[in-house]
Amino acid sequence: MSTASANPDWVLPDRGRVGMFSLFASESAIFVIFIVAYLFYAGKSVSGPTASVLHLPVLLTVCLLSSSWTIHRAVAGLRRGEVGSFAGFWVATIVLGAVFLGGTALEWRHLIHDEGLTIRTNLFGTTYYSLVGLHAFHVTVGLIALATVALLTAGGHVKREHAARVDLLGLYWHFVDVVWIAVFLVVYVVGR
Amino acid sequence: MATTDVGWIDAGTRPRPLVDRLHEWVTTVDHKRLGLLYVGYGLLFLVIGGIEATILRLQLVRPHNGFVSPQVFNQMFTMHGTTMIFFVAMPIVFGFANYLVPLMIGARDMAFPRLNAFSFWLTAFSGLFLYFSFVGGFGLYGAGTAPDVGWFAYAPLTAKTFSPGHSTDYWTLALLVSGFGSIGTAINIIATILSMRCPGMTLGKMPLLVWLNLVMAGLVILAVSPLTAAQIMLLVDRYLGGHFFDTQAGGSAVLWMHFFWVFGHPEVYVLVLPAFAFASEIIPVFSRKAMFGYPVMVAATVAIGFISMSVWAHHMFTVGMTAAGNTFFVLTTMAIAVPTGIKIFNWLATMWGGKIYFKAPMLFCIAFLFQFLVAGLTGVMMSSAPFDWQLGNSYFVVAHFHYVIVGGILFCIFAAFYYWYPKVTGRMYSETLAKAHFWLFVIGFHLTFDSMHVPGLLGMPRRIYTYEPGRGWDTWHLVTTIGVAFQAAGVLAFVFNLVRSYVRGRPAGSDPWDAWTLEWSTTSPPPEYNYASVPVVKSRRPLWDLKHPEDPDWKYE
Repeated sequence: MSTASANPDWVLPDRGRVGMFSLFASESAIFVIFIVAYLFYAGKSVSGPTASVLHLPVLLTVCLLSSSWTIHRAVAGLRRGEVGSFAGFWVATIVLGAVFLGGTALEWRHLIHDEGLTIRTNLFGTTYYSLVGLHAFHVTVGLIALATVALLTAGGHVKREHAARVDLLGLYWHFVDVVWIAVFLVVYVVGR
Repeated sequence: MATTDVGWIDAGTRPRPLVDRLHEWVTTVDHKRLGLLYVGYGLLFLVIGGIEATILRLQLVRPHNGFVSPQVFNQMFTMHGTTMIFFVAMPIVFGFANYLVPLMIGARDMAFPRLNAFSFWLTAFSGLFLYFSFVGGFGLYGAGTAPDVGWFAYAPLTAKTFSPGHSTDYWTLALLVSGFGSIGTAINIIATILSMRCPGMTLGKMPLLVWLNLVMAGLVILAVSPLTAAQIMLLVDRYLGGHFFDTQAGGSAVLWMHFFWVFGHPEVYVLVLPAFAFASEIIPVFSRKAMFGYPVMVAATVAIGFISMSVWAHHMFTVGMTAAGNTFFVLTTMAIAVPTGIKIFNWLATMWGGKIYFKAPMLFCIAFLFQFLVAGLTGVMMSSAPFDWQLGNSYFVVAHFHYVIVGGILFCIFAAFYYWYPKVTGRMYSETLAKAHFWLFVIGFHLTFDSMHVPGLLGMPRRIYTYEPGRGWDTWHLVTTIGVAFQAAGVLAFVFNLVRSYVRGRPAGSDPWDAWTLEWSTTSPPPEYNYASVPVVKSRRPLWDLKHPEDPDWKYE
């Protein structure tokens, strides 16, 4: 053992990224349990509407998936120090996320009012609203975080040196997108 | 914990007001203080959980006993189990990880100090919340006080129909919140170990304690998250009228069992890996030999981590699974004994030919080796599905897992307390009191948990509040309860030793055991910044290299 001097060869992974990926592992485990419950109960409802009342949310899916591209462009812009480009793509991400969330709200309104499906109607209602709702909750948390950064940007507080931190938020947003692909496949493609 | 001893705030001046010092503890983000808070919190609940166990044992001391009512008995075994796992074992394990991991890897603090404090307070408040059920359960909406559905809370017992009032809600919410705390700490431990190691400490040069805590944290993430998901589902059922575990609407009680044990079995390894970690640090130092087979130990640990994710349904043999399901879980459960056995042989090989010092930490580790072996053997017995059909849900199972948790995990935790006490407080504990603690506890442990196996073999189911005389159970229960008195006396000696030595113990110096890992190179107790300059290591035993420059380890590793 000796004392450390400047040690340029000693590079370890960024703690923010390690923490974020650990969080994804945990979140994935949570989603897996909800997906298992959804598949386990698929077609087992004893009464009420079933998965056949669902419509493919293609437009919403396109919105959410393209928001991954916009947030990627936003962070790339900040890395180059182009705060204007960052702000533009960042706001576009928020708009796309909000459209997705609004679309989910309309879909649920249709299911509740027109189809009479609530979380207590039957097993399909319970598992559907829980799984899609858990994902929507994650989108909501992401939107709040994105909006906070947008407000900070408007106040002129976000600069090039914050690119690595903003990138962590981008990682989270990508993760929420990937989870949506899984939820979409399970609920709207396989389970319908 | 007087801050004046530590010397980071104007040592020599007048001690600051108590309110100031308390405020420092409440608002701290220092990993050592949070570690001590975790451990102190765990010890407090250890006493509470111990009192609950004593109530259970007094009720069972003779047939037709009326010490407590059946309702209270149900609450006591539920609260005893929940408390001991979530509010004793987990906090103590996290506390040691918090305190030791940054010191052992030469870091200033954990990767996310504020997340660390947040996680601790989540755990702390969820424990208080659980115990508030004793008074709050009455007052709010009538029926029910403390949870009484058992620590694994099988459906449909937890449904609104069968569990009115709010007692089950207290259980669910407390575990949900403490689960968030556990996940936060696990993320923190992983990020600390992967991103904060001092120069030179490659993964292959980390102390074994750090390796085992890394695997433990990974298991927490993969095990506690499913529990969190299941608790959310239970809340949806109870508050929003969902049907996840509602058997009357087509829901499945067996699904809850799967979800709970997907958490429940890896949880055993979450608790036992840190116990292994303590043994892996203590046994080499008191045998004066380097750890035998370091790479194999690491490999066995990772293997245990993987296999432990695939054994959960051995808790469900008696439920009735398919032949293929039974076979799979029998084989995986038997397979996990292999890496565990490798570890036991490695510890024995470390002691073999060493110069063994029988100090208190080593005594507890040796008892752990023997008792954990026995616990593992009864585990292998029950991994066989037909044997489990006979003894599942019997007192034999209760004896088996207490042998693991008390005889294995708790013994190692006591060893760790004595081993690191000089580092944390700067003072030596009393070896006489520690030996008294050891012998009282060993005698009490064997009286209680050896004899507990027999009523199980004679057909006694678990969780019954009383029994008929003349079934051959009476004497065994009497002996079991007598053992509790020895264990309680041992714990009393332990607590008295901790308190007395803090005031009157002789100064320990920075390295009382002539040990080899980094934490012994800084002062006792360590300063707030841990190391004045960042250490650089070249081998697994950096202090050996420092003490023996003529024959350093890095020449051979």
